[in-house]
Amino acid sequence: MTPCPLTAGLGLKPQHYDEALHCSAPGLWWEVHPENYLADGGPRLAWLDAIRAHHPVALHGVSLSLAADAPPNAAHLARLAALARRVEPAIISEHLAWSTWRGQYLPDLLPFPRTHAALHRIADNIARTQDALQRPIAIENPTHYLHIDGHDWAETDFLAELVQRTGCALLLDVNNVFVSANNLGFGAQAYLDAFPLHAVTEIHLAGHHADPVHGNALLIDSHDAPIAAAVWALYEQVIARTGPVPTLIERDDQLPAFSELLAKREQAHSALAKPLPQEAACS
Amino acid sequence: MQLSAFQAGLSAALLGHAVHVPWVSALESQPGFAVYRNTVLKGSIDALQANYLTVCQLVGEDWFRAAAAVYVRAQPPADGLLMDYGVGFADFLAGFAPAAELPYLHAVARLDRCWTECHLAADAPAVGRDWLAQQAPDTLPLAQLLPHPAARWAWCEEHPAYALWQSHREGLALTEPLEWTGDGALLTRPHAEVTWHPLSRAGMTFLDACAHGQTLEAAATAALDAEPTADFAALISTLLDAGALIPTDSRPG
Repeated sequence: MTPCPLTAGLGLKPQHYDEALHCSAPGLWWEVHPENYLADGGPRLAWLDAIRAHHPVALHGVSLSLAADAPPNAAHLARLAALARRVEPAIISEHLAWSTWRGQYLPDLLPFPRTHAALHRIADNIARTQDALQRPIAIENPTHYLHIDGHDWAETDFLAELVQRTGCALLLDVNNVFVSANNLGFGAQAYLDAFPLHAVTEIHLAGHHADPVHGNALLIDSHDAPIAAAVWALYEQVIARTGPVPTLIERDDQLPAFSELLAKREQAHSALAKPLPQEAACS
Repeated sequence: MQLSAFQAGLSAALLGHAVHVPWVSALESQPGFAVYRNTVLKGSIDALQANYLTVCQLVGEDWFRAAAAVYVRAQPPADGLLMDYGVGFADFLAGFAPAAELPYLHAVARLDRCWTECHLAADAPAVGRDWLAQQAPDTLPLAQLLPHPAARWAWCEEHPAYALWQSHREGLALTEPLEWTGDGALLTRPHAEVTWHPLSRAGMTFLDACAHGQTLEAAATAALDAEPTADFAALISTLLDAGALIPTDSRPG
């Protein structure tokens, strides 16, 4: 039997475990942060195993700190590899960002100057990660809030070069593009035109809100609101060019009812399922 | 600029250290800097709050988050496993001057930490009453059992920390004043979820002895020395029913 292609997925939240487990929407998959499941045992892993028995799962890391000027933590990589062997995820992804420095973890996805030296370091870090996991990972474009001097590379070229050097894939977060374009004053459309779409294996869609002090001049990638219409419009343009790509509806805060999340997920699923009239046969 | 120099400068600035370097000042002067600074602090405080639910209930969210901000600066997370963050928070509260009016707070925090450790620990098959029934009377005294990897036990000498913690965890209203004496707790994970029971001083001593590899006879003797009036048969039943013990040849899976 051919596995059903992944269409639209949802972030797995503990509040929705029971509904997630029993949901049978065609093409549905679940994304989790591996950091929440790197336990030695216990109910978290049991839940993830149960979900995995019914649905494909993707691991979306937030703390490998690939853009740090140091190799990823070997013990963390080993635990991540063990989790990947356990759940056999459809996709493993991480961010073009850093979060650890000299033994300290800063819980955010931090920016850096895209220099030639940074390219070498990050390509090496991605290669180490892929060696540990024995498979390619997808790298996500970050959200930007700061103008930083000293870039040698445009972000789209930097990502394309990482793909070229390491064989990694890309995770295109359309909301991050929209928010970053707004905050740094570039064109979202031009960015997407330059994005190496051939390497994209996953897309993220999320909501954002305006900064309470600076208003629309500073948008926050908050994952606590419905996806903006402008982001949906950019998304539809992207998939018109790429064809169907597994797409995650990200919602981490101000969680609505499961039925509402599922309705939003259905919107992405419909857009993705259009070019695949035979898809219903998978249900 | 070197990537390491950029990271050193930005991380110092985000953690609130004064960095008098023009390029860092240029970042700090942008409105977007506060987004990173707030996210970094909020991420650690949120994690601590999630891991110390009962402490937060006792002191209120405003007090908790103010205390957490002090702790986060003193002992920031070392890695991204925030579900395990805050191992030193009970000790921090014990020496935190604003908490002096709540002398039981650190003992309650220790029970919150027991919950987290119990929740995340390795799985292993526990022994039950059937194991006890299968042992020959002449070999039982020399048998050994180990505490389950998820079992945690804690005693508070001065305060009824467990009674306070339990009433908040279970959402119970304290209908009558607590008897203000020390008490003990056992947290285990007999099925999927963390469960808790009161545990006597004898139970504490027994589990300590098992953890040190003593035989059941030696552990029982130590327990009854610690609390001569203890009902040992009832204690063993409590431990077995709670899934607190594993055979010595069990390896965590």
